[in-house]
Amino acid sequence: MSRILTRSIWVYHFAAAPCNNCDIEILDALTPKYDAERFGIKLVGSIRHADCMLLTGVVNSKDLPRLMSIYQQAPKPFFVIAVGTCALDLGIFRGSYNVVGPPDKHIPIDAYVPGCPPKPEALLSAVVKLIEKVRNDTSKPGKKKVKGIKKL
Amino acid sequence: MIFVDYFIFPGIVFTMIVAFIVSWIDRKVTALLQWRVGPPLLQPVYDFLKLMKKETLIPKGGSVTVFLLSPVISFSALVLVSLILVKTNLNGMGFVGDLFVVIYLLLLPSFAVIMGGASSANPLASLGASREMKMVLSYELPFIMSVCTILIKTGGLIDIAGIIQYQQNNGVLIGSLSGFLAFFVTLLCFQSKMAQIPFDIPEAEQEIMGGTMIEYSGPPLGFFVASRWILMALLPYLAVILFMGGIGSYIGILKYILLVVVVILIKNTNPRLRINQTLRLFWGPVTLLAALSVVLAMMGL
Repeated sequence: MSRILTRSIWVYHFAAAPCNNCDIEILDALTPKYDAERFGIKLVGSIRHADCMLLTGVVNSKDLPRLMSIYQQAPKPFFVIAVGTCALDLGIFRGSYNVVGPPDKHIPIDAYVPGCPPKPEALLSAVVKLIEKVRNDTSKPGKKKVKGIKKL
Repeated sequence: MIFVDYFIFPGIVFTMIVAFIVSWIDRKVTALLQWRVGPPLLQPVYDFLKLMKKETLIPKGGSVTVFLLSPVISFSALVLVSLILVKTNLNGMGFVGDLFVVIYLLLLPSFAVIMGGASSANPLASLGASREMKMVLSYELPFIMSVCTILIKTGGLIDIAGIIQYQQNNGVLIGSLSGFLAFFVTLLCFQSKMAQIPFDIPEAEQEIMGGTMIEYSGPPLGFFVASRWILMALLPYLAVILFMGGIGSYIGILKYILLVVVVILIKNTNPRLRINQTLRLFWGPVTLLAALSVVLAMMGL
């Protein structure tokens, strides 16, 4: 299971009020120069097609219900990568009146990419580390059924 | 025997293998055009198997039966078309009127997309379904007219085996003027039937986020994606059968791959049209071309 998942990662991009710098670097990582399609990485427009979510920016009180709703609609198995300093520890927005804490207080996050903004190389290396984590994960063997139809 | 026919050789397994290869050719040629390396050969297989193992989610407020049934309808109709075409081409087995059966079965995936999009309870999916409906309205007329050209040229043969036989005896249909015009019209119609780029209006990833597919996940999405790939493999094959005399030898396979690459090149070098531009294009110049080819065929050119 996990081996096939790591060979075809469809990425969904959730921008929670970022300054768009991280988003531009994410798009850089998908351009022909880095050619993420070599590894089966593809950007998709709907969370229901995705295997992995890239979360950028600071989650504020307006974003939070959207983020939770989006995360609930994700088909499992599903992974989240937090991109940029803001998504890690709020960066310069720590203590701001509308910020509801770092995103890992609300949803589980599997990989962190520090940087303001992180380089495309850093993003790809985060994906590589996530792939290693999924491949070496023996706690969830393929026998466990995640099948079933859920209404959301 | 029917089991083997439907499930193994010209049926599901064979069709899926060809669809995987054609999809890989599509992605590889696109990558080479953009000076990239592109995905490995097994990438479509990985994508398909991964989708088969993901969770199935159903939109709240949507119709469960129609939502889950439409990918299966689309997939099985296309496998049936592949069965008829390959069997007729290789063994000469067919029945009178199988051309019409194929045309009707090729309409089913579009209807399945419309049903699936409309049952998703999502505004973008409904928009995609309505666009798909307009697309079907716009490309069916010129396509049927170019099929009429074939019928006139072959003297009223309505079985695919007969059309292939006629072309083996009298030269390929694309060689004549009316046949060439009909082939050009058919290529445009197939491009929009496949929902490839100048006409990928129902899915339009950049504006309506995948359109009709937006609420699908897991195996149903896998079947829809697989039917897109099968469509991309089947329609050039149908064009080869109707206008270039089918695949009989290695040259036939070469013709087929060349046509697939032409489709990919059209896809990669054109911007997307709007839905009103598409309707105007198909009901205006393209229908006129198709009518011209019918008239030329009547005159014997």
